[in-house]
Amino acid sequence: MWNNELLKNAGRFVLLVLVQVLLLDHINFLGYINPYLYVFFMVVYPLSGNKGLLIFLSFLLGLTIDLFNGSGGIHAGASVFIAWVRPFVLKYSFGVSYEYNTVKINSASFSQQLVYIMSLVFFHHLVLFSLEIFNAQQILLLLKSTLFSGVFTTLLIFCTLYLFGREHS
Amino acid sequence: MQQIIYFFLRNKNFLLFFVLFLISLGLTINSHSYHTNQFVDSANFVSGGIYSLKSSVTDYFDLKEQNSKLAEENRLLQLQLQNLKVQVPQLDSENLPDSLVSIIGAKVINNSYSKTKNQLTINKGEKEGVTIDMGVISPEGIVGIVSHLSNHYASVQSILNTNSQVVAKFKKSNHFGTLVWNAQNPGEVQLKEIPRVANVALGDTIVTDGRSTIFPEGILIGTVKDFSIEEVGDYYNINVRLFTDMTSVKHVYLLSRKDAQEIKELEKEAEDVE
Repeated sequence: MWNNELLKNAGRFVLLVLVQVLLLDHINFLGYINPYLYVFFMVVYPLSGNKGLLIFLSFLLGLTIDLFNGSGGIHAGASVFIAWVRPFVLKYSFGVSYEYNTVKINSASFSQQLVYIMSLVFFHHLVLFSLEIFNAQQILLLLKSTLFSGVFTTLLIFCTLYLFGREHS
Repeated sequence: MQQIIYFFLRNKNFLLFFVLFLISLGLTINSHSYHTNQFVDSANFVSGGIYSLKSSVTDYFDLKEQNSKLAEENRLLQLQLQNLKVQVPQLDSENLPDSLVSIIGAKVINNSYSKTKNQLTINKGEKEGVTIDMGVISPEGIVGIVSHLSNHYASVQSILNTNSQVVAKFKKSNHFGTLVWNAQNPGEVQLKEIPRVANVALGDTIVTDGRSTIFPEGILIGTVKDFSIEEVGDYYNINVRLFTDMTSVKHVYLLSRKDAQEIKELEKEAEDVE
C-alpha cells in the first residue's frame, strides 16, 4: 500500500516536471502568462501524509524546475513555502476533521476545493514572483503576474483534478 | 537539554522548511549576481540533454520560417562579399587576413522571454570552444552574452534580462550609453546615459560599441522608437525597438574578439598602477 503511494508520487513528480518545462513554460499567453501546474503535486499529496517528507519533496520538485529554467531557487522557495503552509490551508478550507482521514479532495464540495486550491496557488505565485522580480518598485508587475498566472494555474489544476483525480483519491 | 530536544522535535517541520527556504533564497540571490559559480543552471548535462531532445522535435514546426531567415541572411552576406571583392581584388577564403573575431555557430534549444530574467540555452559548450563572456548574435542583431558553461551546452544571458547591461552607441554619431531592459516588452530595450548634447531622432540605428570587448563594434541592435529627456539630470531616456525577434531566435553566432584578452590585461595593468 505504501509502496503503491510512493510509486504514484514518483511518477507524478517526473510527469509534472516534464509537462511543466517542455510544454507549459512556453505558452506565454498574452506575452507573459504561464501556468505552473506542478503545484498539483502539493495539492494532491495525501492529506494525512508525512509533512516533513512533503516539504523535502517540494523542495526537490522546485529545484528541478529551477534547474531547467536556470532561475536560481525561486521555484524551490515557493514550493517549500506552500508545502509548509499546507496544513494551515487545509484547516481553514476543510475544517479540523481533515487530520482524521475523513476528507478526500475529490469528494469535498466545490467551494472547499476552490478555497483550498486557490489559497495554495496564490501563496505559491506570490512567493515565486516576489523572488523572481526581487524589486519593490515593480510591485504592480508582481501583483499582475500573480493574479493572471494564478487564475490560469487554478483552472488547469481543476481540469487535471477532474480528468485524472479519480484514481488518486 | 531535554527542553531543547523537545523544541526541535515539536518544530521539526518548521525548521526543515526554514533551512530549505534559506537555501532557495541563497540560490536565488546567487543567481542575481552575474558570473558567480552557479549550482542551479540550465547549462547542465540533464536539462541540456532534455532540452535538445525537445528541440529535435519542435524544430520542425518553424522550419520554413527559419529557412527563409537564413536564406535572407545568406543573400545579404553574399551581397556584402561581392561588393568587397570588387574593392579588394585578392580577397578569397585562402588568404584572409588574421581575423580579429572568431565565430561559432550554435542552435538555441531553449528560450525564454516572458520572465524578468530571461535566458537561452544553446547546444554548444566548453568542448566546442565556447567561453564565458562571448557575445551572442542572431542573423538580425544582438541576442545576449554567454554566462554559464557545461561541456556541451551553454546558457546565455538574454538582452531581455534586468541584469543585462550592454554598451551601445549611435551609428551616426559616437555618443554611447548603456542598454538595459525594464521587463515591459520583449521587443523593446532602453538606452540610458546618452548625454543631452547628442542629436537624437526617431528611427536612428543603435549598434554595439567596441569599448566593452564583448562585442565587436557595429553589431546591429535596433532603432529609436521614442525618446524623452529625464526630468532630473542631463540624459535621454530612449526606447529602442530590437531588430532581433527575441521570441523566435533559433540560429545564433557566438563571437569572441581575439584582442579581448590583451585589452583586458592592459586595462588591468593601468588600474593597478593607479
